[in-house]
Amino acid sequence: MAAPLSVEVEFGGGAELLFDGVKKHQVTLPGQEEPWDIRNLLVWIKKNLLKERPELFIQGDSVRPGILVLINDADWELLGELDYQLQDQDTILFISTLHGG
Amino acid sequence: MPAPPCTSCHAARAALRRPRSGQALCGACFCAAFEAEVLHTVLAGRLLPPNAVVAVGASGGKDSTVLAHVLRELSPRLGISLHLVAVDEGIGGYRDAALAAVKRQAARWELPLTIVAYADLFGGWTMDAVARSTAGSGRSRSCCTFCGVLRRRALEEGARRVGATHIVTGHNADDMAETVLMNFLRGDAGRLARGGGLGSPGEGGALPRCRPLQFASQKEVVLYAHFRRLDYFSEECVYAPEAFRGHARDLLKRLEAARPSAVLDLVHSAERLALVPAARPPRPGSCSRCGALASRDLCQACALLDGLNRGRPRLAIGKGRRGLGEEGPQGAPGDRAQPPASETIPAF
Repeated sequence: MAAPLSVEVEFGGGAELLFDGVKKHQVTLPGQEEPWDIRNLLVWIKKNLLKERPELFIQGDSVRPGILVLINDADWELLGELDYQLQDQDTILFISTLHGG
Repeated sequence: MPAPPCTSCHAARAALRRPRSGQALCGACFCAAFEAEVLHTVLAGRLLPPNAVVAVGASGGKDSTVLAHVLRELSPRLGISLHLVAVDEGIGGYRDAALAAVKRQAARWELPLTIVAYADLFGGWTMDAVARSTAGSGRSRSCCTFCGVLRRRALEEGARRVGATHIVTGHNADDMAETVLMNFLRGDAGRLARGGGLGSPGEGGALPRCRPLQFASQKEVVLYAHFRRLDYFSEECVYAPEAFRGHARDLLKRLEAARPSAVLDLVHSAERLALVPAARPPRPGSCSRCGALASRDLCQACALLDGLNRGRPRLAIGKGRRGLGEEGPQGAPGDRAQPPASETIPAF
């Protein structure tokens, strides 16, 4: 049984527009059987934070290609991507590269 | 699981994996490498000679923000001076916020800024007015095409007003790869042939243009802005969702997920492409109205404005590319659509 986690979820580069324009979200993830990883964080975000057009943020079980994910300011590609296990007080930042020029 | 150490300094933790090389670098080493690569692109391509007065096409978006910031860092080495030129397309609600971002940048970086407006340059036409005029004509998807043609002209005009000798735009590798894909999908061999290289040398009296970020991936441009804490504007233009470019972008992103080097490979493919003589575009002449480079009697911008002023915007683009003097019968049965004019990149 994993204990509840307190993490900061941030959106930038235009991704915040899908979340009522709010960039920073301080969230508490409830305790659950499985450890929290990015894969089930995305499911939680879709259910609890995402306000509109989910297909512009999530495709399949991952983020839409073109959205960068930084975990504690490091590229998730260095940290196992969807399999990264969240720690208490982590900051997860999603930056869209798809907006504007 | 912590991030591995930076493969350059071995001191800090790596902050990203570079798309092309797979190299893991910390934020500081990445930013230094990014700047060194832009410097190399400019020097190796001899894009900006010493004493050049460089007009930076500034939209407030990520690409031009990063371009202006990097060139400002490099300007003592290059011996160039910079002038931001922003274009006010007249898009209510969208461009005002973007221009506010450009003004903040100009103030923070102490760079001169000049704003040129479509309405002033093009006889009162704003992009919103163009969009209203094309709505219902079946050309509403072409807003970005119209806007790209006009923006290119506006940037040229703004650059001349400030006495610039060169124009730079923020197009990155992903923009270039999208354009290559679009030109392929539209069968536009002429544009494929012209698309290679780092810019245009300034034929026909036009100012030389170049794209110093052409080999930088979108991911790296965005992460550079992030690690340097640059403030940029990131809302999508209200007209962009209609554009064909979005489909090319989605396709490219999926290709990149399967093969991270796909973006740069496409850019290089276009550069190495050789066309059979029959597919090569005709040598451009000059526009009979404004004197700008044109492959027809009128350049694209003049043809487009002419169509708009006659209340027949569809003449200006697509079929109208044949030139206004060669107008065929309109909407004749079996009149198959001509290949549409390629869209120029919707933002600089």
